[in-house]
Amino acid sequence: MGLEIGLGHYLTVAAILFTLGVFGIFINRKNIIVILMSVELILLAVNLNFVAFSAHLNDLQGQVFALMILTVAAAEAAIGLAILVIFYRNRGSIAVEDVNMMKG
Amino acid sequence: MNSDVTDFASLAPAYPEMLMAVGILVLLLVGVVINKERSALVSWLSVGLLVATGLLVILQPVDGVVFNGLFVADSFARYMKVLVIGGAGLALILAMSNAEENGVHKFEYSVLALLATLGMMVMVSANDLMSLYVGLELQSLSLYVMAAIKRDDTRASEAGLKYFVLGALSSGLLLYGASLIYGFTGHTNLNEIVVAIANGGRSIGLIFGVVFLLAGVAFKISAVPFHMWTPDVYEGAPTPVTAFFATAPKVAAMTLMVRLVMDTFAPITQDWQQIVIFLSIASMVLAAFAAIGQQSIKRLIAYSSIGHVGFALVGLSSGTQVGVEGVAIYMAIYIAMTVGLFACVLSLRTDTGYVETIDELAGAAQTRPFVAAIMAILMFSLIGLPPLAGFFAKWHVFLAAIEANLYVLSVIGVLASAISAFYYLRVVKVMFFDAPIKQFAAVPGELNIIMGVSGFLVVTYYFTVGSPLASMAHTAAGSLF
Repeated sequence: MGLEIGLGHYLTVAAILFTLGVFGIFINRKNIIVILMSVELILLAVNLNFVAFSAHLNDLQGQVFALMILTVAAAEAAIGLAILVIFYRNRGSIAVEDVNMMKG
Repeated sequence: MNSDVTDFASLAPAYPEMLMAVGILVLLLVGVVINKERSALVSWLSVGLLVATGLLVILQPVDGVVFNGLFVADSFARYMKVLVIGGAGLALILAMSNAEENGVHKFEYSVLALLATLGMMVMVSANDLMSLYVGLELQSLSLYVMAAIKRDDTRASEAGLKYFVLGALSSGLLLYGASLIYGFTGHTNLNEIVVAIANGGRSIGLIFGVVFLLAGVAFKISAVPFHMWTPDVYEGAPTPVTAFFATAPKVAAMTLMVRLVMDTFAPITQDWQQIVIFLSIASMVLAAFAAIGQQSIKRLIAYSSIGHVGFALVGLSSGTQVGVEGVAIYMAIYIAMTVGLFACVLSLRTDTGYVETIDELAGAAQTRPFVAAIMAILMFSLIGLPPLAGFFAKWHVFLAAIEANLYVLSVIGVLASAISAFYYLRVVKVMFFDAPIKQFAAVPGELNIIMGVSGFLVVTYYFTVGSPLASMAHTAAGSLF
């Protein structure tokens, strides 16, 4: 009667998280912080994929890759927030609809 | 393959990267220790470091795979590294004149450019999905900061923000693809993935992974439909930064594309070929039409670069050695033309600042005949008129496509090239036949030299650099087969 949680379940959760992240970037019309959170969601979905595959394949490389992604994601978030701060200083807003100086 | 990392001599294939890495740290210290107003010293030292690294790449060629299969040095990687280093060095020299006005006078700018270049060199030599990702991110993170380096400028910070968001999304797509490829082949090493694909056949999960991975790389080369960031970032970023974006990173990402599809995904050629042909046609056609309505010079160059990526992908679509040769030659000529073009754009300054729109170029032929002449030559070359270099670039890629029986692709490419002539010629027409409205400031010496060399190479391509370049591209492409 016990439900076996296998590779497929992990991959499904990761795919849902990934899709939520991508839609969070494109559909979100409010705040740039939400976009940064969506980016993190995408990277976490990828990490989940890597760790699930790594456990399934009984191979360590996937976990090493996941650690690399965690490290780079931290640097990426720092740079993203820094750019967001200078944008806020210049524009006085972090609303997505205010990122509209250039169009065409 | 199992080289011992403690044995320094066994790391010879990675010496150029190690020199760069150590040099960057030293330059960072130099920049901090000396007075900030003397950042020109750091800029010239950066160019010197790039020259030294380039010479090391050329004069000490060592083939090999190091760092437990993470890093490969072959003649293809060396050829592309020379292009990357050359493009980066020239873009740094372009940034030196009027650096203060462009906001690139801080010494961090050169250091960031070098870090991006190091990332590109790792990308070019990546032999594993991990080193590919780390190299790509080292490049991208440096480029995000460079786009927004003019901190008090609203447009530059907006460009940085857009570049960051879409770049992060593309890294996410690339990683998701990498995770699927790892899961369905069981390897992250590119050589082992080839073997796994060839033995295990193709599965639907693997194809999904390939699509995501190629979509991530297509973002970086700004191929349609992943091009939306390019015009905005090119327009918003300071012009010397745009010059940097348009040269070296394109070459590095294109190298990644070539290595992935020709080497790693060689057993599933039918599958990736469809993707590359689609990217190629979409880029060529969209760029040709979208550029027509542009008023801003930098947006025009952005669409032009999207179109040229499409033409380079025509060569790759063939999936043959001749096609890869075509891509290698195309990228070299593209770098020479783009650097020259940006030198022209940076030379045309009025007392109110840089020329931004095409209309402001009016009458440049009368006040600045040399700049206007070089720019006209480059425009004709970008169209692909013989006997200029741009013609031979297109000739090589279309020849490869026709040899591979891709007739429809070739016809669409030639038609797109003809349509693109319209917007290139409009610039020439405005410069030569419209009445001048503005006086242009004097041109700095180093820009004159870069323009002169670029114009000379483009005009005399067939007689001077043409055949040596072709034979180098032949050797480079040969190492992938």
